[in-house]
Amino acid sequence: MITVNNLTKKYPNQVALNDITTTFPAHQTTAILGPSGSGKSTLLRSLNLLELPTSGEMILDDLQLAFNQVISNQTILKVRQQFGMVFQEKALFTHLDVLHNLTEGLIHVKKLTKAVANQQALKLLEQFEMTELANRFPYQLSGGQQQRIAIIRALAMQPKYLLLDEPTSALDPELEAQVLRILRSLAEQNTSMVIVTHNMAFARQVADRILFIDHGNLGYQGDTENFFTSDNPRIQQFLGAMTF
Amino acid sequence: MSEFFELAVKYLPSLFQAALQYTIPLTIMSFSLGLVFALVTALIRLSQPPKNEWAAAFLKILKGVAAFYVWTFRSTPLIVQLFIVFYGLPNAHISFFANAWISAITVFSLNTGAYASETIRAAILSVPYVQKEAGLSLGMSNWEVYLYVVLPQAARISIPPLSNSLISLLKDTSLASVITIVEMFYLSQQIAAQNYRILSMYILVAIVYAFLTSILSIGQHYLEAYTSRFAQ
Repeated sequence: MITVNNLTKKYPNQVALNDITTTFPAHQTTAILGPSGSGKSTLLRSLNLLELPTSGEMILDDLQLAFNQVISNQTILKVRQQFGMVFQEKALFTHLDVLHNLTEGLIHVKKLTKAVANQQALKLLEQFEMTELANRFPYQLSGGQQQRIAIIRALAMQPKYLLLDEPTSALDPELEAQVLRILRSLAEQNTSMVIVTHNMAFARQVADRILFIDHGNLGYQGDTENFFTSDNPRIQQFLGAMTF
Repeated sequence: MSEFFELAVKYLPSLFQAALQYTIPLTIMSFSLGLVFALVTALIRLSQPPKNEWAAAFLKILKGVAAFYVWTFRSTPLIVQLFIVFYGLPNAHISFFANAWISAITVFSLNTGAYASETIRAAILSVPYVQKEAGLSLGMSNWEVYLYVVLPQAARISIPPLSNSLISLLKDTSLASVITIVEMFYLSQQIAAQNYRILSMYILVAIVYAFLTSILSIGQHYLEAYTSRFAQ
């Protein structure tokens, strides 16, 4: 489980996250919802330290980080290796084919031999029925295929938690369905996931827990169904503005 | 016309020999060293300040030195740089540079490095930031991200401008003649002074330069084709 206490992220002219205290349970899917620019992605990126919070603390299993102190590069690397991340933009390495996108982290971070890394990557591609894409470069893939490979690349590192930052927002509905299918199956397998999404129907279907972030503040945390049936005026206003 | 062909048959072998002996080695050595200077300079100029106060101060000084180096070599003519290093420095008792080869390689590589550092810096900056973040999110260190993600992509982007630098350098090595290196152009001057076939000799040497730069252009074409296999 990940616990964050009083997490705050300040920029010179803006408070992106204000005193967030919450948990991200293991083997569950947590969806972070909220209007654009509310701080959802900042919260997600704070978990794997792509954003360093200004203050507060994070407890990640047996590791405790206090953000008002300097965090060593070694600790940052150790934390990042607990997470896999899928970005909104297509972040596959453009100079590598699919197979090498999957093996790059295994070889350089996990220090596996090339042969073992290839074997593991091919096994994953087979599992997700994408073996035929192994030798294609990212530009030869559709947006949906790129995001599915990005998910597989993150899973290849066997992370404890999978972070997804609006993974389908740049895709048309047909391609979005391909990606959501994979995420649904991962949720069914009790993969620990934290997902920032604007797709309310998907969030309602797969999330075990909802965090609602509004102007950097935590507006709701708890059960998914209670969120979608909440009579809180701000939540109702937000849900009313979203397309189901 | 037949007289020109006679001259060509007689002197082209000597000119090609001078190219093999001087022009090509000078170009290869200076360009290789220049790329090292360029990469180091570009990385220094792009480095983010470290958390440690002393390291941050040291980096600030390094950035100043790098910026001064680029400014100096881009704002002065190559021939002036050659004169300062080969004639000026030994006169100031820095005898290391009395050797024409050392002076030539030093100046050509530093000059190429100054221009190429801007090319490499721009190429690195043009790699989308999310590529770097994708590497970091896999658990790579900053250096690993640069080595395995950013630089390979920046290399593809920088092939055309760096090829231009290489072609320019090959032609600029003719300036080594002013510091006593008997390279291809100097040799053509010496032959022209003996046989008075001035126009023909300079056209002949121009043909050899054009031949060599054409080979480099063809190489560039194939290199671009090879790396564009992953182009978007």
